[in-house]
Formats: sequence, C-alpha cells, structure tokens
Amino acid sequence: MLKKRIIPCLDVKNGRVVKGINFVDLKDAGDPVEQAKIYSDGGADEICFLDITASNENRDTIYEVVEKTSKKCFVPLTVGGGVRSVDDINKLLNCGADKVSINTAAVENSKVVVDSSKKFGSQCIVVAIDAKKNGEKWEVFTHGGRNNSGIDALEYAKKMEDSGAGELLVTSMDRDGTQVGYDIELMSEISSKVNIPLIASGGVGNLDHLVEGIKSGKASAVLAASIFHYGKYSVKEAKQYLESKGIPVRT
Amino acid sequence: MNVTIVDYKSGNISSVINSFKEVAENKVKIEVTSDVSKIKSTDKVVLPGQGSFKSCVDALQSINGLVDCLNDFAMNKKKPLLGICVGLQMFADVGYEESETKGLGWIPGKVTKIDNQNGKYKLPHIGWNQINIVKDSKIFKDIKDKSHMYFVHSYEFVPSDKNSISATTEYSSKHVCSVEKENIFGTQFHPEKSDKTGLKIINNFINL
Repeated sequence: MLKKRIIPCLDVKNGRVVKGINFVDLKDAGDPVEQAKIYSDGGADEICFLDITASNENRDTIYEVVEKTSKKCFVPLTVGGGVRSVDDINKLLNCGADKVSINTAAVENSKVVVDSSKKFGSQCIVVAIDAKKNGEKWEVFTHGGRNNSGIDALEYAKKMEDSGAGELLVTSMDRDGTQVGYDIELMSEISSKVNIPLIASGGVGNLDHLVEGIKSGKASAVLAASIFHYGKYSVKEAKQYLESKGIPVRT
Repeated sequence: MNVTIVDYKSGNISSVINSFKEVAENKVKIEVTSDVSKIKSTDKVVLPGQGSFKSCVDALQSINGLVDCLNDFAMNKKKPLLGICVGLQMFADVGYEESETKGLGWIPGKVTKIDNQNGKYKLPHIGWNQINIVKDSKIFKDIKDKSHMYFVHSYEFVPSDKNSISATTEYSSKHVCSVEKENIFGTQFHPEKSDKTGLKIINNFINL
C-alpha cells in the first residue's frame, strides 16, 4: 500500500537555513546539508527547501546548497522559491534536486509548466499554489503571498494538472503560521477536483492536524515546518501518531 | 571494476550518479558517459530513465551506435545491466506512452498506463510503497521482504513471462516493480532515492 508522506520544509536564505531545526546540538544550525540529513535519518519521506533569498545577486547560492545536500541525502529533495524559467528548473535538477516547485511563474505563464513537464517529465514538476479565501472561493496569490491574482484556486489547480504538473503543493495563506490546522475545506475541494497527488501545507500546530490533512483533506502528503524545527515533535513521533490513527506510513 | 551510468541526455540523472558514487566509495570507478567505446569495455551498465517511454527511446536512438552497443552488452556479452524506472520499462517490446513505441525487446512484454480505476487512485503513483519480493534476486541480497521503496511513475511494465518478475508492489492493483532475467536487472522504483535500503540495492548490484 502506498504510504502517506511527511515532508519537513526548510527555509533557506543566501545559502543558509533561516527557519529550520532549532533544538539539537547542531554543529552549524545554518547548514542546510546537516539539517536535511537529520531529517532524512529521522525518517522524513522527502525534504523540501524553500529558497527565500531576496536579492538577485545571491540567487545562485541555492544551487550550491542543492548540490551539497543531494550528495548526502538519499530521499527525494524538492526545491522551490524564485523559480522563474525552464532554465532555472534545469539548473536545479542538474544540481541534484528531484523535484522543483513553481509558484508565481506558473501563475504568470502556465507555459513554464507545460514546457518543463514535457522536457523533464511530470514527476519532477510540483506546482505550488498559495490560496486565500475570499467570500465563497479561494484565490491564488503570488510573490510569496503579496499579490492577489484573483484567479480561482480550484480552476487553477485543474489547469495546472492539465498543463503537466505531477503534484500540487497547496498552502492556505489564511492558515500559514497560525498553527490552528490546515484549511481542510480547501485541501479536500482541490484534491477531489484533480487526479494528481496533493501536498497539504500551512497551519500545522499539532499531530492531529496532520491526521486531519490526510483523512479529511484527502492529502497524499503533509508538509510542515515549525512543529518539527522547534522540537515539539520529531518526524518519528509524527509517524507513530499517524499510524496509531490508522494512516499508513513508512516506518 | 568500472560501472558506467549511461548519460543519454534524458532527464535528471544527478541523483543516480550521487548515490552510486556514495556507495562506490572510490573502490569502484563510476563513469558517466554516452561514449559508445567506453560502454563497450565497461564491466557493468546502469540505464536510468526519466520522462516518457518515447522520449527515452528517442534519446537512446539519437546517439549513434548506442542501442547496438547496449544490445551487445546485455544480450551477447551478458554483462550485468541495471535499468531504473523508464530504464527498466525500455526492456519491453513496446510502450504506449505518448504513442506506440518499440522498446529494446530484452524482456518480452509491454508498458501500459496504470489503471487508476476511474480516478479512484491518483497518478502518478508517487511515494513510498512496500515491495513483495517474489524471486530471490541477487540485487535483493539482505533486503527484507516488504521493504519500502520510493516510486514515481504512471506507466507500468507488464512482462509476458512472469518468471522474470522479482518483486511486485500494491497500488491500484499488483504492479511489477522489479525484474531479473539472467544478467539483466531492473527496478521501477528509485533505489537512488530509497534511503539506506535503496543504497543497499545499489551496493548489491555493484558487488555482483
């Protein structure tokens, strides 16, 4: 049986982890390789890097991070943040990323998704959707949640599937950082509409939220950041809890 | 000993290269090339594959002499070869992704889309699934039955001779996920992304 995945996400800025594990005796808390290795050794099913480097001149730092990490980390590595073009995707894949997540660029020009999935295969193209509730519907936001595109998130999700996305990484802007749980309605609506796997993100504060994301949100995978970084729970504990609730996990 | 990873410009093979280099630890030379003369003289070949069946077959054929060289290596010289993902799928006679495309024909069978039972199962089949070892394959030495492996695929290899199947996995039905026929090995899953168990399989292949 296919297992539900737990994916810790690390924020990387200028080649250093700025939001990551904050509790163990790290030799170097800013080292992405060391952090990724701790998670993969601890049973994480995949690792996600979100590059939040703001300035253009430091954009290349992520390539070095990916290259180093992929030499030491033998579970799938997804990299997102600032991916603009097929060329950017190509560079990340060549450095050792297994999947690349595309956000703003996919909203602005879905051809990036069409072209990259044709060129590299759908298996490595993740479309990240940042969605926020507006009345009865959810709208897609771009530029790290700053701009409202006004696009309906459900229709957009379907369009991305048709364009060749292999997975959708759906983040609720309303819930992100709140620790009150995923936006279950958003997750289940999108998951029911598409036939590709959905990764739920935004709002996890405890292990029951992970369970809800999978059971009610119909997510194939759950992404979380702070509950793991600050030592509230380990990936292993999360898996044991999911298993106790009847959710199949890799142990 | 030399292990050669065939780089035929189809998809991303850096994870495959990294994992083989990690396991080889400089004791075994890992070469990455599409140079036919080098492949001819190597001891073992790894055939990765990403993207569609058609795009991989097209890419193999676009390199002059490569298909003949691989045929000779696997079928006449009978040296060990490991196909990963679409690399395994290409062993088949024919594949149906994008359009009907002839495969290498090393293991009789076809590659068809996984039946998602009218949307009941998501595709691609992405993530960790357990393998049922059905044959005592050399690359499964010290690998426990029901071990977890990482999968990403929407198409599956359906061999006509069931004797070549070395492992299956359960998703929308029972899918073939590993084959062994004499010197030819293949995994639908990605050993290079399957953590320590995956590296062990790579180690087994290197030490054949």
